[in-house]
Amino acid sequence: MGDTVVRVENLGKRYRIGERQAPYKTLREALHRATAKPWRVARSLWGRGDGEARQDEIWALRGVSFEVKRGEVVGIIGRNGAGKSTLLKILSRITEPTEGCADLYGRVGSFLEVGAGFHPELTGRENVFLNGAILGMKKAEIERKFDEIVAFAEIDRFIDTPVKHYSSGMHVRLAFAVAAHMEPEILMVDEVLAVGDLAFQKKCIGKMGDVARGGRTVLFVSHNMVATAGLCDWGIVLDGGHVACTGSISDAISYYTAQSSSPEEAAASIDDVDRNGFQLLHHLGRAQIECRTPIRFTFEIACPFAVRNATAGIILSDAFDNPVLGTSSKLQQVHGSAASKRWQVTCDLGNVPLNSGFYHVSVSFGDEYRDHARFERAISFVVLPGDPFGFGLKVPRRWGHFYWSADWGIAAVDEPRPSSSR
Amino acid sequence: MDALEGVGERDPHAGAAHVHVEPSRGWIALKPGELWEYRELLYFLTLRDIKVRYKQTALGAAWAIIQPFFTMLVFSLFFGRLAGVPSDGVPYPIFAYVALLPWNYFAGSLGLSATSVVSSANLIKKVYFPRLVVPISGVLSGLLDFAIASVVLLMMMAYYGIRPTAATLLLPGFLLLALVTALGIGMWLSALNVEFRDVRHAVPFLTQFWMFATPVAYPSSLLSEPWRSLYGLNPMVGVVEGFRWALLGTTPPGTMLALSVLISVLIFVSGAYYFRRMEKTFADLV
Repeated sequence: MGDTVVRVENLGKRYRIGERQAPYKTLREALHRATAKPWRVARSLWGRGDGEARQDEIWALRGVSFEVKRGEVVGIIGRNGAGKSTLLKILSRITEPTEGCADLYGRVGSFLEVGAGFHPELTGRENVFLNGAILGMKKAEIERKFDEIVAFAEIDRFIDTPVKHYSSGMHVRLAFAVAAHMEPEILMVDEVLAVGDLAFQKKCIGKMGDVARGGRTVLFVSHNMVATAGLCDWGIVLDGGHVACTGSISDAISYYTAQSSSPEEAAASIDDVDRNGFQLLHHLGRAQIECRTPIRFTFEIACPFAVRNATAGIILSDAFDNPVLGTSSKLQQVHGSAASKRWQVTCDLGNVPLNSGFYHVSVSFGDEYRDHARFERAISFVVLPGDPFGFGLKVPRRWGHFYWSADWGIAAVDEPRPSSSR
Repeated sequence: MDALEGVGERDPHAGAAHVHVEPSRGWIALKPGELWEYRELLYFLTLRDIKVRYKQTALGAAWAIIQPFFTMLVFSLFFGRLAGVPSDGVPYPIFAYVALLPWNYFAGSLGLSATSVVSSANLIKKVYFPRLVVPISGVLSGLLDFAIASVVLLMMMAYYGIRPTAATLLLPGFLLLALVTALGIGMWLSALNVEFRDVRHAVPFLTQFWMFATPVAYPSSLLSEPWRSLYGLNPMVGVVEGFRWALLGTTPPGTMLALSVLISVLIFVSGAYYFRRMEKTFADLV
């Protein structure tokens, strides 16, 4: 371990905005320019036209440097247009950088789109081989893993049906299954988890976790903070093509969530703020807390009608939506007295020994008999890796959701002596 | 507990592929070795083109025969019968069919490979592979149609009682010349097509024009020396006259063929370098 497998130095990529707006020129335009500036056009036909400075240029990426060590899972996060996809495209050699360089040691597998090269007229079987070859797998390798791929995709009955008859879900499953079995040493993944149903997304995240635990290196681009937090060891935040922040994944995510001020950007933190006319107000949209800090939520609920004897509940879940703990005022026979259209709720969990990680909280609100509204992932927060026992040691996140102080008894037991001492 | 998880047992850099990414400058190497590594991709892309070509057609692979056969009938009627075009002493129908066979292969392959990069845009923008695979697979998939159409030629030769000579063994060489020419032009045009979509409109015009500039419907013996040899500057002249000589025993192409090979190789090498040079812009422009 500890050796560098990806080294990126001062990488930059310049686009001409004109190229993006009008993706191709016509010959007439070129001829017109040719009569005006013959030498320059001749140069551009020969691929050398980028010497001159232009106004209509943007740097999609500039001055990006970082190193990734073997077995690390790195999250690359940032807003749309921050340069994440450009970075992965350069590293997977799809496009060339304008300046700087990068070195990758190991077999690179990049997975920037689900089912690149799938042909609708071909059967699932034929597409597995074609897509596998496109991703750089050998025929013998695909044949060896073929059954595994079909089993993972859960489409064994339809493997000899043309892909155009597949549902979009089947299409995506088969495509991901091929990519998941390519066993690269360096895997680059872009946004693919935005597809498929929830169960399949979890399966994909699980598969990627396996890849990472197998000692392989993963570069992961996603807007899904929950998946990013659960998978990655550390993160790079890109902003306007520059590296804005590198650090532990919780630092990177809290930097990113703090940076993105518009409500759409924070969509991962606040999913449902309005349910049946009920509104969650003054909630903690996001926060970052130290290990061992007491946890207390305060929020207000605005109701479309007067609610009598209000009750509330919360469920705290981890990055993968697995519930960690839940509680409800109903269980403890606590409710607000009187009737009101506006309630303030305080929920003090006290000193929960939460381990470091990314968590979110779903809030439910109702009266003594039923829940009126449920706000999924209304609150999210990051617990920073801390030093719960005061010895300067951190508890690894994969040990669980809680750090726990136990009373240990560890004593040496005398080994039964060999009977030679007679 | 950390030790329980077998992380990084392998020797870190042993046998690891090393990829260096940086802006390219000046002349770019052709890297045939890398192309060889991706030969399986070439195989699967060609297979895909072949499988997809006649999907959802009622007549299927019969189209590979229908096209040259009916062109031959039309040529025989108008050029052979009505216009009385000479045919070097062989029956006009087989004279035309022997030329249509490589010509149709050439024209089809040229059309496919010239548009190949743009029609594979979804691949080029999302996956890395040597881009040359795309125009190459464009000229390979037509070989099956060529083989199917050759069956008709064999039947026609039996009908007219024409025996193959020892020169028939040179046929693969002439076919290769057609392939190399089609690929050479295909590499030029497919790279140009990325930036100038005019290519798509120019290709049908180009092939039509080129066919009349090639002795498909008439013999090159209409020209006198030295013009007949200079006619070889069009590489397809060497191919077509080569096919006629090898199968029907007409005048050997000689100097004309040498010129054709030279021009074809020139187009091929320059096309390959131009393609490699423009390749870096494909993903951004296509």
